[in-house]
This record gives sequence, structure tokens and C-alpha cells, in this order.
Amino acid sequence: MDKYRANLLLCAGTGCVASGTAKVKTALAQELKDKGLADEIKIVLTGCNGFCAEGPVMLVYPDEIFYQRLTVEDVPKLVEEHFLKGRPYQKLMFKEPEQKLAIPLMKDIPFFKHQVLRVLRNKGLIDPENLDEYIARDGYVAASKALNEITMEEIIKTVKDSGLRGRGGAGFPTGLKWEFASKSKADQKYMLCNGDEGDPGAFMDRAVMEADPHSVIEGMIIGAKAIGASKGVIYVRAEYPLAVKRLQIAIDTCYENGLLGKNILGSDFTFDLEIYQGAGAFVCGEETALMRSIEGKRGMPRPRPPFPAHKGLWDKPSVLNNVETLAQIAPIILNGAEWYRALGTEKSPGTKVFALTGNIKNVGLVEVPMGIPLRTIIYDIGGGMKNKRKKFKAVQMGGPSGGCITESLLDIPVTYEDVVMTGAIMGSGGMVVMDQDTCMVSTAKFFLDFTTDESCGKCSPCRIGTKVMLDMLTDITEGRGKEGDIETLQDLSRDIIATSLCGLGQTAPNPVLTTIKYFRDEYESHIKDHWCKAGICSKLCSFHIDEKLCKGCGACLRICPQKAITGEKKQPHRIAQELCIQCRSCYDTCKFNSIKIGPAIHAGKPEAAVKN
Amino acid sequence: MARLTITDLKKIKEKQHATFTLREGGYRAKVTVHMGTCGIAAGARNIMTALMDEISKANVEDVIITTSGCAGLCAREPMVTIEILNKPPVKYGDVTEEKIREIFKEHIIGGSPVEKYALVIGSETTY
Repeated sequence: MDKYRANLLLCAGTGCVASGTAKVKTALAQELKDKGLADEIKIVLTGCNGFCAEGPVMLVYPDEIFYQRLTVEDVPKLVEEHFLKGRPYQKLMFKEPEQKLAIPLMKDIPFFKHQVLRVLRNKGLIDPENLDEYIARDGYVAASKALNEITMEEIIKTVKDSGLRGRGGAGFPTGLKWEFASKSKADQKYMLCNGDEGDPGAFMDRAVMEADPHSVIEGMIIGAKAIGASKGVIYVRAEYPLAVKRLQIAIDTCYENGLLGKNILGSDFTFDLEIYQGAGAFVCGEETALMRSIEGKRGMPRPRPPFPAHKGLWDKPSVLNNVETLAQIAPIILNGAEWYRALGTEKSPGTKVFALTGNIKNVGLVEVPMGIPLRTIIYDIGGGMKNKRKKFKAVQMGGPSGGCITESLLDIPVTYEDVVMTGAIMGSGGMVVMDQDTCMVSTAKFFLDFTTDESCGKCSPCRIGTKVMLDMLTDITEGRGKEGDIETLQDLSRDIIATSLCGLGQTAPNPVLTTIKYFRDEYESHIKDHWCKAGICSKLCSFHIDEKLCKGCGACLRICPQKAITGEKKQPHRIAQELCIQCRSCYDTCKFNSIKIGPAIHAGKPEAAVKN
Repeated sequence: MARLTITDLKKIKEKQHATFTLREGGYRAKVTVHMGTCGIAAGARNIMTALMDEISKANVEDVIITTSGCAGLCAREPMVTIEILNKPPVKYGDVTEEKIREIFKEHIIGGSPVEKYALVIGSETTY
């Protein structure tokens, strides 16, 4: 039987025939033939559609688009737009007279249009607490294939060929990791899942564990078979109670249904899985620290080698994969490496999930093919700035280990290699978007404050070095910065990166380094002019009203908590500097952009910064 | 419960197909309340309660309610997806108790989507 990709149900009821169906049909058939679409698109003449007043009418399946008042003249444009380019032809579309609004289709909304769901294939579609619904979406078919039909080597080869790279941040090839562990000889091996998502602004893994826990479990079963592990642990931070609950329900149902435990899916394979809740230390996301934490010890990294593939949990060969990595395993086994490589780039194949947050309109979770420009993610999918009056300043990628990317670099494709070139890292997928009102020194300080807090204390460069850097940044943001501070920060950064044991210390200075690289002028104006141009560092700014722009609307006067603003209606207002506490309320309220940020005012010397 | 085999997986898939496609399951409408952490924080539980209340008041039996995880657009939570038999799914964003009661009457019972609250029609691309 011939397969058509679309059916055109052209009405051949009396009404429509009277208004010209026959001519339209001939024109349509000819046009489809001319465009080479005759074998793909079928024209079906139907009985009366009922909407005779608007005839000739036509319904397009599978799109379910309704066209009305077709004419021979419209046919070429219609075929070109809809059937060749895939864009329904607005002009002929049905519009309900009384309705002015129309609900857009998924593909008309940029937020959805650019996304391709693999990891998030079941997001918002299935009940995460219901095993049957997961199975209905081809769940556990890949596990069944891995356990009953193919060998360990074949699983590893497929994953290696797919080019899948660890989604936790470093991007190490998953297949290679599995291969190392599979070749280690031991009486016991462990398959582990890292659900200790800790980067500020990242929530991809939480969403996967909450929305589709079985996809993680299935990935682990397949991985366990590949490396020969009979035990597994999912390490989830305790701050994710809903993820823990849904994973536990999923594990329990798996045991009840023979998907975990002995003889899984009728095979001779045994795999036991449990959840271990982390107490919330950021460093426990590092693999060796995570394994120590499961052992009940203090979560501290240890030197590698030996790598976990040889000596991991309880000194046995272990593989630790990120949640998002594991969620992609089942479709790869099911559809093959080639399928996986169809999206993304040569070195970064597949899709990546990003958590979009910050000053962006569409805060949310998005999955896009690798290699998509950063600009598309921020402006098309993300919808641009939350406040349309503000300009984009930077996007922070990779959390406290990453860095800031500026406007000029927004056209880079998002791949592991290209992002590293900017000084940021792909990381786990957090994207914090910042607008013009963000102070980059404060941003660097925020992330360093986080890493200083979370440093486990094992290595002095990380423990003491980050603290020294944090103190310097605090000084700079409070007006005690000195000439040479920037260079000292860069020196310290290099030393900490070179001499720390684990990823936490090796990457902690990145936010400082990238902000100095791209926003050095901001550091300088903080230090030399005592001027935080974004007006965030309250000790380094003053607020003034531009009398030419002020309309005297009184909005700032009403919101000022200090009653520092005076002025008559429709006359320019003024801010009494001795009363102002730099709370920014007036700046955020003014609709006319008339509030300007100047340097700090010292000891009654207006508009002039005191030099140190 | 019995231990699953490969044939069971296929059977379950076929059986579940009925609820997914609505038609064969004997249902006319399926309502999915997105209850990830973001949805719950934005008030998805109240939406669910209001919906259950409306259903019991209207005494309808051909509507199923189910929960799911985050739909991705956390900024517009609470979100609800409504699928009516033979119609593409419609997603609503920024749903409130009042809105869901109106949506229930207009869309679930009446069959016509409430355009002023609706976000989008259709499903995303999955590969």
C-alpha cells in the first residue's frame, strides 16, 4: 500500500462543487505533480463537510489545518508554503468570526519549536509513579534487549559509537568509562548514579528524576549489565524530596515486577538498586567524594588514579554516571548509535538539557540538539530578557565551575569544545542569564562565596585561596579595592587551579577569571572610581535624577522608603543624597529612564569619587 | 504481582495504548496536571483539588485526571494539559483555581478550548 505523508480532504459536496472544487482539484493535482509531491500527498474528495458557506473547503491531515475559500490562484502559494515548506498558509486558514485570539501550535511557539526531546521524552506525558505508563512509551524494551539479546561488548560498542558524553559536566565518553570498568576483574562491581545536582541555577536532573524515574533505572540496569555489576546506588541529595519519593516508588514497583532483583525480565541477570541520600555537600557531586559519602565517611575527594573504574565504591570497580546521561541509554540501545548521532555535532552528538534561569522571560527546562547557537537558546527559546527595557549582559554557564559569556560570543554553537574556548564550561547545563543591571564583580563574588563555603578543606589552595580571593572581592565591592588587586586575583586563580586536587578547586576561580577577562573595566571602575555602574554595590554608587528626562510623575517619590525624593507634580524631582540609602527602588520604578547611577559620594563631595 | 517478561511488556504497552489514545479506553478527555517541584510550588495541588471538586460536582465519568512531571516551561506553572478525544492536546499556563473551574466548564465539558488562558496546542518533537 502506498504511504502518504499527508492527506488533503477536499470537499466535493454540492455546495463546494458549486463554488469550484473541480477546478481547485485539477490545479492542486497539477501543482503537487510539478513540485514532485504527488507521491507524498494524496488528494481525497470527500462528501459535504458542512461548512458550505466558506467553500471550497479542505482539511489537511495529519496537521488538522482547515482551509477555506480556495481558489485556483491560491493553489501555487498554498502548495509552496504548506506542503513544500511546512508552514500552514495563514491567508486561507479558518478564522472564527467571534474569536480574535487563536491558540498557537507547538511549532509556532519558539520555546517549543527548537526543542527535541530525548532525555525529556516522557516529560509531562506520563505519570511518573505508574510503571505501566512508562512501559507504554517503550519502557524497559531496551533493558530487555540488553539482558536477553545482546552481549556486554555489544552494549559497550553501541554506547561508544554513539559518542555519548557524560552530562555531569566534564563530558567524558560514557562508553569508554564502561569499557574500563568492564575490563576490571573483581568479585563485586557497582553501577552508580549521580543525582547530587548542586550548581546554583541547575535543575535538569531533578526534573528527570521527578518526571521519569524509570528512565534512570533502565539506564542503570543496562549499564550494570555492560560492566558486570550486580549492585547499584542512586545518590540523590536530600533537598530533592520529591525526586527521592518518586525514585523510591519506581524502585519498589520494579522489584514487585521483576525488573530489579534476581532474573530480571526472565534473564539470568541480577541487579539490586537502592537510594542513598546525600546531606547536601556540594563536593559530594565529585565522584570520589560521592563514593566516600556512600561508604559513610566524610565526603572528600581522593587522588586519581586509581580511577573508580578500578577502585571505586568500597574499593571495587565502579561506574558513576549522571542522571541525564543514564536517561539517554535506553533510546540509544533501542535505536542504535547512528540514530543518536543524527543530532548534534561530530564531537558532541545528541541533545543537551539546559535549565534556563535568571533575567530571562521563559524560565524553564529545555532540550536542544548540540551545536545550536547560544543566541537561539536565549532569544528564541528563552524569549529574551524578562524586562524588555533591559539589555542582555552575559550568560553564566556551568555554575560555580563555569564562567560568563558575553553578547559578542552568543553566536557560538553550544558544544563541549566551543563553550570551553570562551572560558566557561558546558557544565551540567545551568544557564543563568543576566541583564544590564547585573554587577559582574558581585556575580563573581556570589559564586566564589558558594565555592568557599563548599570547599571540603582538604587542599590548602582551595580552602585558603578561595577565602583570600573572596575577601579581596568583598573589599572591591565595598570600596576598599586597591591598584593591583586584579592581577593578584588572576595570580591566585592560576595557583588554585594548578594545585587543587579535585574539580571543585580546579574550577572555583573560573567565574572570577572570566569576569575579569570580559568585564575588566567594571573591576577597574569599582577600584579606581568607586563606581558600580550597575548600581548593585550600594557603597559604590549614588542615584541622581536627570532633570531633562524626569516627567515629574511622582512614582519614585511614592516608592522611596527614605522620603529622600522631593518635587512638585510635573516638575523634575530631586534626590537628597544625605538621605539616600541606595536601595534602587526609584531606579527600578522609573518608567522614563531618568534615574542615573553615579559613583559613590564621599564626605559631602558630590559627584566626585575620593581616590585612595 | 507477577514478574514481568518480554511478552508482558508488549501486552502492557497495548493495554496502556488505550488510555493514551483515549478512544479505546472509553474516555473522552484526559487532564494532566504537571506536578514537578516547580508546579507544586506554584500551586498545582490547589488546581488538582479544584479539578476534583468540579468533576465530582458535575458527576462526569468519562474524564480521567492524571499527574505528570515538569512540562519544561517552569515560568508559566502551574500548567495543565487537556486532551479531548480526537483533538490535539492543549496546554494551559499560569492556571489558577478560578481559571481551572472555567476551563473545566468550557473546554472539558463544553469541548472548546479557553483561548485566553491557553498557551499552546500540540506536542513537542521527540526522537
